[in-house]
Amino acid sequence: MSGFSAVRLLREALRGQTGWGQQWRSPDQPQAAYDVVIIGGGGHGLATAYYLAKGHRVGRIAVLEKGWIGGGNTGRNTTIIRSNYLFPESAALYDHAVQLWEGLSQELNYNVMFSPRGVLMLAHNVHDEQSFRRHVHANRLAGVDNEWLDAEACRAFCPPLDIHQRRYPVLGGALQRRGGVARHDAVAWGYARAASALGVDIIQNCEVTGITRANDGAVTGLSTSKGQIRAGKVGVVAAGSTSLVMAMAGVRMPLESFPLQALVSEPVKPVFPCVVMSNTVHAYISQSDKGELVIGAGTDQYPSYSQAGGVHILSHTLEAICELFPMFRRMRMLRSWGGIVDTTSDRSPIIGLTPVPGLFVNCGWGTGGFKATPGSGHVFAATIARAEPHPIAAPFSLGRFTTGRLIDEAAAAAVAH
Amino acid sequence: MLLIHCPWCGERAELEFRHCGEAHLARPTNPATLTDAEWAEYLAFRDNHRGWVRERWRHVHGCGRFFNALRHTLTDRFAASYKTGEAWPEPPA
Ligand SMILES: Cc1cc2nc3c(=O)[nH]c(=O)nc-3n(C[C@H](O)[C@H](O)[C@H](O)COP(=O)(O)OP(=O)(O)OC[C@H]3O[C@@H](n4cnc5c(N)ncnc54)[C@H](O)[C@@H]3O)c2cc1C
Ligand SMILES: [Zn+2]
Repeated sequence: MSGFSAVRLLREALRGQTGWGQQWRSPDQPQAAYDVVIIGGGGHGLATAYYLAKGHRVGRIAVLEKGWIGGGNTGRNTTIIRSNYLFPESAALYDHAVQLWEGLSQELNYNVMFSPRGVLMLAHNVHDEQSFRRHVHANRLAGVDNEWLDAEACRAFCPPLDIHQRRYPVLGGALQRRGGVARHDAVAWGYARAASALGVDIIQNCEVTGITRANDGAVTGLSTSKGQIRAGKVGVVAAGSTSLVMAMAGVRMPLESFPLQALVSEPVKPVFPCVVMSNTVHAYISQSDKGELVIGAGTDQYPSYSQAGGVHILSHTLEAICELFPMFRRMRMLRSWGGIVDTTSDRSPIIGLTPVPGLFVNCGWGTGGFKATPGSGHVFAATIARAEPHPIAAPFSLGRFTTGRLIDEAAAAAVAH
Repeated sequence: MLLIHCPWCGERAELEFRHCGEAHLARPTNPATLTDAEWAEYLAFRDNHRGWVRERWRHVHGCGRFFNALRHTLTDRFAASYKTGEAWPEPPA
């Protein structure tokens, strides 16, 4: 693998683009043993492997993915990135990620198309306004940018927005200018390529079916669809499937898995300059570089692994989008899909150690973990390497459900994120 | 959208119902004597199983009553609905 550069682009342009090789090694078979195995080849798992290989001397590392890398929620999400969460613990975690996003394309030598075009969260009622103003103040104290815009300023920032419609009146909004979007596939591919270059084995079509443990309870290896693998340490980064994987080690989790859907429109010329979220009406919208409007909907009300939510969830979101942005009423939708998100009761993730020695977990990102991908991988790698929580990860321990030290972003925002 | 059988009203559209979580979780009668871990188990830890699950529903926009149902979390198919307090039916083979 050689690096991307302007010189290389030019050379390939002259050679008919014939010189681009495979971007990462994808060995068909795993080795017999690894020092660290990551279960789950989504953005978080691949980022964990990359930062482990780059920053920690832990020996041989593998990522096992039951399907193809990025085929889980990483490749299904609406890619909104922001860090204006209420509590200092969350702001520290998500802002750590935003800081890494800002230099990620250079770091990985891969264009992840991070586009900090601003994320505007609309307030439709007095409760929203009070809650968002509280967020703005808390974020400023925590050193995270977030500002309150009145309705006119919202329209100036996002001209397609109709602030005078009656159904969902816009009282104002909270704007994080450093927030934005990135290209989800490129994030998985960029981390895979960079991790592979550092010697990480990325094994696709390899489903973990069992976790083997010694008499003292410690993890010794994994059963997989490609045979037994011995492992010193195991990191579970399996999003919606986390409860199922952890059950293989006899660990119950404070998680429920729900379908969450998104959809895209037909591609059109650039019409939408920013990201707009409306938590109250469950509609999130931005425009991809291909021109499609990318629209996020809500979760279904019941836990499910079906990766296909109810159609009424989508139509509810589209109704709201059409009220807020009347210019999109005649737009055709191209396709919709679902992913399975693992939610905790406080809507904050779980990153850290487990009751099983050698077994680590990074999960519970629910509806909003894409934004955290680089930060999550970075702090989880340190947590695995040192077998003790990274300071930013420490508050997000599994133990908080027992001690009661919840980080209740659910109550703070009263919505998905 | 799911079609859900209320044991009192019959089959109705999912929009009339509210999902109310895993069924047969009895609130401990002795909270003061439970350990933190036992209390956490009751409050937060769930099976989150892929397969047949027993769950609580409430017919909020109908008779308003709670009941339990047996649903498969991969296919979302219901095998049975039964009244609160009744024994749960065996899941289909
Ligand atoms: C529709 C939708 C919209 C979203 N919008 C946003 C958004 O705008 N902003 C945001 O920040 N977040 C958003 N999210 C959430 C975000 O997608 C996730 O939090 C994040 O991508 C999780 O990344 P991950 O790497 O942990 O999980 P995943 O990408 O799901 O990776 C987990 C991987 O584990 C693999 N796996 C599972 N079980 C096994 C096994 N037994 N053996 C081997 N491999 C296994 C899976 O195949 C999967 O590839 C959205 C999610 C969805 C579904
Ligand atoms: Zn009824």
